[in-house]
Amino acid sequence: MQIQPILAALRKHRLATVLIAMEIALACAVLCNACSMIASRLSAMHIDSGVDEASLGFIALQGFDPKTANDLNARVVSGLRAISGVQSVHVINSVPFGPQAGATGITLDQAGKQFRGVPEFYVGDPGTPEALGLQLVAGRMPAADDYQPVKNFVPASSRVLITRTLAEHLWPGENALGKEFWTGPFHFRVIGVVANLSVQQYDEEGEQGAQWTVFAPGLPGPQLAGTYLIRANPQDLDRVMTEAKAAIARIAPDAVLDYEWSDTLPALRTKFFRTDRAMTGLLVGVIVALLGVTAFGIVGLASFWVAQRRKQIGIRRALGATRADILRYFQTENFLIVSFGIVLGIVLAIGINLALMKWFEVSRLPLWYLPVGALVLWGLGQLAVLAPALRAAAVPPVVATRSV
Amino acid sequence: MFGYYLDLALRSFRRNRVLTALMVLALGLGIGASITTLTVLKLLSGDPLPQKSTRLFTAEIDPLPAKGYVPGQSKPPWGNLMPYVDAMSLLRAHKAERQAVMALTQAKVTPARTGEHPFFSDAVMTTADFFAMFDAPFEYGSGWNAQDDDDRARVAVIAGFLNDKLFGGKDSVGQVIRINDHDYRIAGVLKDWSPQPRFYAVDLGGRSYGDGDGVFLPLQSARTDGMDPENVSCWETADIAHLETAPCVFVSLWVELAHASDATAYRTFLSNYVQQQISLGRFHRPEVAFPGLMEFLALEQVVPDDARLQTGLAFGFLLICIVNTVGLLLAKCLRRSREIGVRRALGATRRTIFAQFMVESGMVGIAGGLLGLVFAELGLWAIRHQPAQYAKLAHLDVSMFIVTFVIALIASLIAGLLPAWRACVVAPAPQLKSV
Repeated sequence: MQIQPILAALRKHRLATVLIAMEIALACAVLCNACSMIASRLSAMHIDSGVDEASLGFIALQGFDPKTANDLNARVVSGLRAISGVQSVHVINSVPFGPQAGATGITLDQAGKQFRGVPEFYVGDPGTPEALGLQLVAGRMPAADDYQPVKNFVPASSRVLITRTLAEHLWPGENALGKEFWTGPFHFRVIGVVANLSVQQYDEEGEQGAQWTVFAPGLPGPQLAGTYLIRANPQDLDRVMTEAKAAIARIAPDAVLDYEWSDTLPALRTKFFRTDRAMTGLLVGVIVALLGVTAFGIVGLASFWVAQRRKQIGIRRALGATRADILRYFQTENFLIVSFGIVLGIVLAIGINLALMKWFEVSRLPLWYLPVGALVLWGLGQLAVLAPALRAAAVPPVVATRSV
Repeated sequence: MFGYYLDLALRSFRRNRVLTALMVLALGLGIGASITTLTVLKLLSGDPLPQKSTRLFTAEIDPLPAKGYVPGQSKPPWGNLMPYVDAMSLLRAHKAERQAVMALTQAKVTPARTGEHPFFSDAVMTTADFFAMFDAPFEYGSGWNAQDDDDRARVAVIAGFLNDKLFGGKDSVGQVIRINDHDYRIAGVLKDWSPQPRFYAVDLGGRSYGDGDGVFLPLQSARTDGMDPENVSCWETADIAHLETAPCVFVSLWVELAHASDATAYRTFLSNYVQQQISLGRFHRPEVAFPGLMEFLALEQVVPDDARLQTGLAFGFLLICIVNTVGLLLAKCLRRSREIGVRRALGATRRTIFAQFMVESGMVGIAGGLLGLVFAELGLWAIRHQPAQYAKLAHLDVSMFIVTFVIALIASLIAGLLPAWRACVVAPAPQLKSV
């Protein structure tokens, strides 16, 4: 295929060529950035909570008198256990995707000098780590005598589980077992490391990592009351939760059920990522509309060119060019224009990404998106030009002899 | 002449139906997307109290200890949240026309009728001037007075929707409402009132958009009855059972000045207050801020990033649609070189050719605008079904309706400029030759 004559022809249609190339460039820039945003939202939505979500539900009560907390805990735990299908009920301060229950800055020394970030704290009664389904990777689970009364929001001195990610953050390359940390007067000693346990409300803009969590064993009391973890078989869970919510009015008429947070963990997870899903849907919609408009633009312009060059095509055919030659001519022409647009588009995509990173919480565009975006646009261009090019190839050589 | 151009344009559209439909569709999509996101953005970044937002200000001070202080660089860390002691001192100084201290809470409301379950309602704990300062309109009764604040009187103002729910919408002034297991006397019932954004809730831990609050209580009465503020931040280990004296921030102060120009005087007063606290050893950082309502909303970046990102995306899309329309219009117009040549030879000036083509692209724009309006309504319908706080408020208003057409017309005229210019520079002679 000779490129020289195509370039010569394009030079005569500079304006139209530049317009298509510009459209491709804009499409390429928006496509790459929108895909990168979709990908980062999807990866956030697939965060590993580290617990057996499918078997767990959460019940939150409000508005009870703190003086009656012990009585309330006893009533609710025994009342919920009585529901058929419930495997266990525990008092826990919160669950992943549940309400924020306690995040505080920690230090590696008692004096409070070596600040190491703000993890979130889970506090639960005996058996909670097992009920959550936490995966122990080192050390041991808390034993019966590790569970102590909760003061303020954690026990005064507790033997805790931390996640692998937090252990690596606090003591890089070291064995975390037996290590200590503090928050104000509260003291913690690590007895076990778990694979994952995600924070309650993950905030991409926040300072803490998604897996920076501590589980502190505690005993129910005035400072640990009103929030409960229910474990049931996954197939029973929905029914169990419905019955549990209905039962609360009977078990604890003095308290108010918090409907927003009382739900199964899969439902809480869905609710938590609602806006991300909506935004992802919108981005996908924009990409589809964008590719559609670009493709139709190419179809329109290519059709016009074919109509305008009917005579030339006829002459070429009369001089011996085959149908395949004509077809390939338009395909190559489209390929050249799209390539030109892609080169511009890559520069534009990187520029837009840098601007977005400056103004919004947007991650860097992975470079491999650029060749993929280019391939998509080349494909789109070829598809769009196919119909007009076929029409061009169908022009009979006899056209050359007419109406001269 | 204009009528003739319209007729010519219609003929040309009829000749290339598919191409015209494509142009209108693309332009309509771009305009629809832009108007949808622009409506949401306007809604989010609107002025909640346009009649007096220039005279409303909030005070920001920095109660943090000297450790880590960088003169000139440290800023008040929690927006307009401040310790209770300082907010009340500034309130009692009465240096502004009106002033109120406020915090948000969840009020447990127990309906009087037996058999109904207690529920939680978003509540504001505040002081007497709140209603007059923020122009909250009363359906029945009125707010409470400063004496009620000092006496810790159990009085309450409730929102219209709560009055409908509890009292069937009747005048309930003087009735009793049970809040947090205490009896409050209803002093007033508000009409529908929910400024968007809910500027006073931004730093207090509430939602920034959506329905208004249900219950309004005197701050000191509510605190006495054990209602806790939604957002508490402490800079030292604190006894949160006694928040009023703890090293914590949980209230904010808003003031209404008689004139916007009084802001300098109030800022000086605020600065002097902080200096005085520094000399007493309570504070260590002299920085203060005294932003007006709109400045405060900008500082707090109330408008979600997603909304701004969506608007950017939509206008990027509109740009692509315009480029697309330029290309298609150009193709159409070059195809008509002969027609132009004939018109020119018959005496049409370049100016009239230019006008003819601009009328044609203007018509594409208006058609695109109409279609865009349909798409915008569809888009807003979709937004209303999104889970965002502001979803319910997304409606197309008259000004946006006009903006749609202005954007459409400008977009199409910009798109038409290049083809029209190309058309009017066509030399007549060569076009006539080959006829």
